[in-house]
Amino acid sequence: MSFLSYLINGISLGSIYAIIALGYTMVYGIAKMLNFAHGDIIMVGAFAIFTMVSTLGFPPIAGVLFAVVFCTILGVTIERVAYRPLRGTSKLAVLITAIGVSYLLQNLALLIFGSNSHQFTSVVTLPNLKLADGALTISSVTIVTIVSCVVIIIALMMFINKTKVGQAMLAVSEDTGAATLMGIDVNRTIAITFAIGSALAAIAGALLCSAYPSLTPYTGSMPGIKAFVAAVFGGIGSIPGAFIGGVLLGVIENLSKAYISSQLSDAIVFSVLIIVLLVRPTGILGRQINEKV
Amino acid sequence: MKKTKNKIRIQNLITYGMVIAAWVIIEILIQTGHISSLLKGLLVPLCIYAILAVSLNLTVGILGELSLGHAGFMCVGAFSGAFFTNVAADAIPSTGVRLFIALLIGAVTAGIFGLLIGIPVLRLKGDYLAIVTLAFGEIIKNLINTFYIGIDSSGLHFSIKDTMSLGMDETGVVIIKGPQGITGTPKAATFTIGIILLLITLVIVLNLIHSRTGRAIMSIRDNRIAAESIGINVTKYKLMAFSISAALAGVAGVLYAHNLSSLAATTNNFGYNKSIMILVFVVLGGLGSVRGSVIAAVVLTLLPELLRGLNDYRMLIYAIVLIVMMIFNSSPKAIAMRAVLRERFMSKKTKEAA
Repeated sequence: MSFLSYLINGISLGSIYAIIALGYTMVYGIAKMLNFAHGDIIMVGAFAIFTMVSTLGFPPIAGVLFAVVFCTILGVTIERVAYRPLRGTSKLAVLITAIGVSYLLQNLALLIFGSNSHQFTSVVTLPNLKLADGALTISSVTIVTIVSCVVIIIALMMFINKTKVGQAMLAVSEDTGAATLMGIDVNRTIAITFAIGSALAAIAGALLCSAYPSLTPYTGSMPGIKAFVAAVFGGIGSIPGAFIGGVLLGVIENLSKAYISSQLSDAIVFSVLIIVLLVRPTGILGRQINEKV
Repeated sequence: MKKTKNKIRIQNLITYGMVIAAWVIIEILIQTGHISSLLKGLLVPLCIYAILAVSLNLTVGILGELSLGHAGFMCVGAFSGAFFTNVAADAIPSTGVRLFIALLIGAVTAGIFGLLIGIPVLRLKGDYLAIVTLAFGEIIKNLINTFYIGIDSSGLHFSIKDTMSLGMDETGVVIIKGPQGITGTPKAATFTIGIILLLITLVIVLNLIHSRTGRAIMSIRDNRIAAESIGINVTKYKLMAFSISAALAGVAGVLYAHNLSSLAATTNNFGYNKSIMILVFVVLGGLGSVRGSVIAAVVLTLLPELLRGLNDYRMLIYAIVLIVMMIFNSSPKAIAMRAVLRERFMSKKTKEAA
């Protein structure tokens, strides 16, 4: 029974990673940049909910909605101000700017909320689920996390494959130059990608802090890196890949924490990543790119 | 050919001269007592960061591979060096000699790690390589946190559980204590030693860049396939650059360990944030520019300290400066704007001259 509960908790943690990884993967696929500030958007989202719910006393749903809107605007603004001027220049320049944005968000949060950890009240108010005569308890946050992850993935796949904007995204990620020639507004498409990624980060922030309720300005950075690993794991640029990578990562992390060593769990997660990349250099579902001379 | 050779020599001499001049000025200021204790404490870290930046520039700027695990090699160097210094405390009483040997050991160990990690990692490309180096850095940090190593009359004892399971007799001394790391390393690092090591690093890197090997490495960066087709052994040169870079990071790590009384592998010391910080130095200093790396490392280490008067706002300002500098430096619009400004300025000057 304990194995099952570790497994379910792992899937739940992995679902959070998957939601964050979607943002990474979409931005990477379309803008070809590693958005290091993505993890900090999670933190901003969580603080937005914290302010609305714990300080101002709004209901949790209003808090989550506010956080989603706030992060969407923030994400689009960051893209417009910091990343767009650098589009088409060296990858490293954009990477360093993203690191700068990450520092900026962390230190703004530090100024406003201080470095002490804040107690986050869970946004999920449903009762816990008890199975097999109480031998197995699954918390409601876990269930909500897994369900919302699945819903988000399906919705996103439909959005990309069925709508015009989604097709434009695919086209831009395939070949930016050709997409421009076909009349696709590349700037607008990239802005929409950032908007979706940031909105997902806000949701991830709500779920992450509901499951692990301590909130500091650095809350987002480690899950951000892990989600990035998950995105690479599943094949960066691929949406089902982000899901598979995220869930696998969460399960491996939780099981190694439970059965091997809690100190070594990060090392084990990263080792698995290295092994996967050595066997499949572009991740589990990544596309192989042939090199032309 | 001779002309370019002379040019390179002059450029190199300027770099060395800059470092030596900085050393002379600081030494004079210390002698006359014109230097604050805060700045004094920063002198060794400045050398450490300059060495790290120069060594990472070898991987990122010269070899052209993005590495986010440089702090991991620094960590290996720091721990192996500090371990030696503590083990040999009785055998070699002179701290200076021990530091010298520790530096060699740190460099060799980190270099070997660079080689071992480089063999699988350098097969990957671009961002995948970056994430795997990041992963290796985190693994090294994580593993060292679980190590317990002690020494007694019968030799070394090793465990990954706790101090008790080392099973030592009463003469035993625990040297690496898991998450607490190594304590009691003598503070042997001085500013002069730091400057000497920085100069050695500069000599190694500058001579490497301007040698046949360096040109081979840069040809791999510019076009791997073309380099391969003219008979350059890509794997060999890649590994060479990567492991030399790692070894130099190890030297910086040993210096770092001998500048602190207690050394622990925490996220602040050797986490990916440290690697990213070094990468920021390299990119802002200019990829491939060794002198730029040194200047950027010094300026960006001093900047947050000089802004200390603004307390809470200093890291915020640092972040904004970083973003603005990147946009100003690399954005096509900013570059065009700069060209226009320069033209205007120049035409004014010529008018005045006329």
